[in-house]
Amino acid sequence: MALPKYTEPHYRIWHYFYLLICGCVFFFLIAPLFVIFPLSFNAEEFLVFSDGMKRLDPDAFSMRWYKDMIYGTKNPWGLAARNSFIIAIFATLGSIILGTLAALGLSSRHMPYKGLIMAILISPMIVPLIISGVAIFFFMAKVGLAATHLGIILAHIILGTPFVVITVTATLSGFDHSITRAASSLGSSPYNTFMKITLPLILPGVISGGLFAFVTSFDEVVVVLFLAGLDNTTIPIQMWTGLREQLSPTILAVATCLIILSVLILLTAELLRRRSERLRGINR
Amino acid sequence: MSSDTRKILTTDGIPLEESLKQAEKKNKIKAFLLVAPLLLFLIITYMIPIGDMFSRSIDDKMVTNMLPKTYKAMEKWDGKELPPEEVFEAFYLDYKILVKNKTAGKLQTQLNYEKNGFKSVLKKLARKQKKFEEGNYKEQIMKVHKRWRNVEYWRAIKRRAPSYTYSKYLKGVDMYSNEDGKIVQVSEDRRIHRILWIRTVEVAFFVTLFCFLMAYPIAHLLATLPMKYSNLLMICVLLPFWTSLLVRTASWMILLQQQGIVNDFFVWTGLVADDNRPEMMYNKTGTYVAMTQILLPFMVLPLYSVMKTISPSLMRAGKSLGATPAVAFFKVYFPLTIPGIGAGCLLVFILAIGYYITPALVGGASGTLISNQIAYHMKSTLDWSFASAMGLMLLTGVLAIYWIYNKLVGVDNIKLG
Repeated sequence: MALPKYTEPHYRIWHYFYLLICGCVFFFLIAPLFVIFPLSFNAEEFLVFSDGMKRLDPDAFSMRWYKDMIYGTKNPWGLAARNSFIIAIFATLGSIILGTLAALGLSSRHMPYKGLIMAILISPMIVPLIISGVAIFFFMAKVGLAATHLGIILAHIILGTPFVVITVTATLSGFDHSITRAASSLGSSPYNTFMKITLPLILPGVISGGLFAFVTSFDEVVVVLFLAGLDNTTIPIQMWTGLREQLSPTILAVATCLIILSVLILLTAELLRRRSERLRGINR
Repeated sequence: MSSDTRKILTTDGIPLEESLKQAEKKNKIKAFLLVAPLLLFLIITYMIPIGDMFSRSIDDKMVTNMLPKTYKAMEKWDGKELPPEEVFEAFYLDYKILVKNKTAGKLQTQLNYEKNGFKSVLKKLARKQKKFEEGNYKEQIMKVHKRWRNVEYWRAIKRRAPSYTYSKYLKGVDMYSNEDGKIVQVSEDRRIHRILWIRTVEVAFFVTLFCFLMAYPIAHLLATLPMKYSNLLMICVLLPFWTSLLVRTASWMILLQQQGIVNDFFVWTGLVADDNRPEMMYNKTGTYVAMTQILLPFMVLPLYSVMKTISPSLMRAGKSLGATPAVAFFKVYFPLTIPGIGAGCLLVFILAIGYYITPALVGGASGTLISNQIAYHMKSTLDWSFASAMGLMLLTGVLAIYWIYNKLVGVDNIKLG
């Protein structure tokens, strides 16, 4: 954003000041993530940069915390990771199926009580997590699903569906319904129409909603804290316990892996967003 | 000419109007059936449990169920003088069963909440009641402890007669109903909840303010830069957004610790002495800094999506008509961004007011919020009815904010990314 030549000096100063502020805010946003990276390769047990690290001495760096993460006997990271993935995948599938169906119904112009139903469907996003946690815990305890995988999966479906409903409804808002009518008039069954026409067009919205649901489940700790037993520990639970008791570098190794995972998710989400905008003919 | 003859008929001979209505109805049912699975699922697993929280929070059947005969006998007692013999007898019989079933401890605790010192009196009665003789229980009970002659203790029992109570809600704002049934504040040194409510609102307000002040310039920069630069910078916003909350909290714990990088930097610049490093974690500072960074993307994204739609020619037009850049900004640009500001502030405020994880990890004692208190009662004291009551009070607050926002700005312009 270059300034025109005729800019007055005091405005020029103001402009550079503004850029400086923006730089600081961006730094504030992104820098904390990069602290974790080098420290997870620390050869020592302390969570500060050792003198060796400051001199870039190769001996000061090691993979020992990554080894500890994978082979360490004390840290049930393997079990936690498996649980986290199982729970997140099933919760995502459930959220996608229920959320997409609901979004299809909501986008129909025949839908009665649209406002009220939408409010109910996205309420898990508005209600503070701690309250959702308490309520869901009471329910799961009553039906005997507390401390089971199924209970946690159901809880995460509750938390994940609003994202799918919102993203798919947004995709459907630019959807031309005459093409499904055209398909029907040409003799396609409703199921065929959905699979061949509707689904491919709304797929970017479905997947990006699914990504939100996946991340919500994978990162969720408040509700799981109420629900999880010893067998259903997840990565966030392990991190939470670790952070409360003692910050060990193994946690930083796990955190680094999670950051890499979030970079992958971010890239997928960005690609999908662009594809969706292209498909819907939105040009920015 | 009757109107029937003018009706258009379909090929089936049904009036068109009716046929259309039928089709409409069919479509309505179809649309509703699509929504039904999720709606039912949420109502059963989510809406009803929240309602259940309410019934839990006002439920007070425990004492009522433990002393059924006593409360029946007490119905006729006016509470002015010592109760008649029947009440004493009924109480003796109820209490005998409780002692036999080893559930007397619960009653002792519950009644002790109502009147301090009740526990020891009841414990003594539990020991002595075995030797009681039949008849004249009033004398016998009063002989066990002189406090049984005090009508206050009997009134305390009577106060627990109703199956429902709003005392948990009063406790949530540091009030209680005293012996005369008047609602009064608890003594000053025990007013912990009001401090927590005020602190929660204060933290949520300031975090929202900080987020707004930081997000506005960068959202503006992102919206005005050419696409290829803004896409790159957008990653700085989106990467933290997609990164685990616990990872970001962990990084703040490393940065803010006493030997951490932020303190190192302060020492290096000479702002603080090496042996006098300030405590930046386990207090409010830690909560503010970490929560602001974590919630910042939720402010940037709605602001950005609104600013993106504002044409730059509007500012230029303002300036060409003689406005200084500052005037053009405040009269033209700023008002146009208000929907974005509203959405961002609502999102951040609601998220902040229910925050739990970050305050629990970096907040210490002076940085914990109302959510932490709810979790504490859920997991440690197991006073679930109190946790429910506080949760519902918080929920009411959030819904009120949401409602006000909806009236002022409208909820429709909330977008995700």
